Amino acid sequence: MSGGVVVAMLALAVGTYALRLTGPLLHGRVEVPARVRELLAAAAVVLLVALLATGALTESGGFAGWARPAGVLVGGVLAWRRAPFAVVVLGAAATAGVLRALGVP
Amino acid sequence: MRSLLRTGRVRRPDVHDPELLRDIALVCTAGGVVGLSFGAISVAGGLPVWVPVVMSLVVYAGAAQFSAVGILLAGGGPFAAAATGLLLNTRNAAFSLAVADVLGRGRLARLVGAHLVTDETAAFALAQRDPVRRRVAFWVSGIGLFTTWNVCVLAGALAGSALGDTATYGLDAAFPAVLAALVLPALREQRPVRRAALLGAVVALAATPLTPTGVPVLLALAGLLVRRPSGRREAAA
Repeated sequence: MSGGVVVAMLALAVGTYALRLTGPLLHGRVEVPARVRELLAAAAVVLLVALLATGALTESGGFAGWARPAGVLVGGVLAWRRAPFAVVVLGAAATAGVLRALGVP
Repeated sequence: MRSLLRTGRVRRPDVHDPELLRDIALVCTAGGVVGLSFGAISVAGGLPVWVPVVMSLVVYAGAAQFSAVGILLAGGGPFAAAATGLLLNTRNAAFSLAVADVLGRGRLARLVGAHLVTDETAAFALAQRDPVRRRVAFWVSGIGLFTTWNVCVLAGALAGSALGDTATYGLDAAFPAVLAALVLPALREQRPVRRAALLGAVVALAATPLTPTGVPVLLALAGLLVRRPSGRREAAA
């Protein structure tokens, strides 16, 4: 796993820096059209929601059990009600932890 | 770092702005809490302490780091982890274009400044009314955020290694909840994006038993096909 982690990290680091350098390099010569900007923003949201859904419900290709999605749901409701970030994280973790302690898988 | 800030100033302007500094401090604090969670969740999930710490220094992009680590911890391949993170970071290219003339003229200022381009620093810089204030806001928020983020990730990683089995504490539920907190502001405001995200999530879930870890999330991009660009038809809906 360790080799894969290093590869992923380096690729992500180099690629991200290259993306951030486009502005200073192309300075003044190009402008991103509003439609492309919108599409990029929408793509980011779609990726994050997909990651959220698969992370909440699945584990190694199967169902993750009830405790985790229940915790994520509590965290999601807290976030929806604009609770502070730390409360969202602790609320989700505590819910899943307590459910597991009670014997919910 | 300090000298960068100084060479960036054209004259010696009065940029003492307690309100801006307070806002920057608040955003740094919020970012610090996210950093603590990132460090703790990564290490408690099974990664060695140096992974979240080095990743935060060299990648320095919260959502992409969470996503990449989430995929790696779930057993996904390095390609899927890096590709998802990079897709999330494409917006930094747009931000870097927006703040290109804020960074400063020197080569070093531009090379270092580029690494500090984030949603937050771009927002702080572009909210200022004149070029000098924009430059100061960018560098102060950039250095502040970079420092707090990395210090907090280190602290979180050290704390996470003391935690032991994550499932007991429900930390596996914390990770998707973090993503929910990150993505809710956008979902709240934009109905077409909401629809695309919902379809994408369904596609990803359906693909999960059939494809290698990390791939379902990329397939979710198919959800973008139902998104109608710009809000013109939104009024009728």
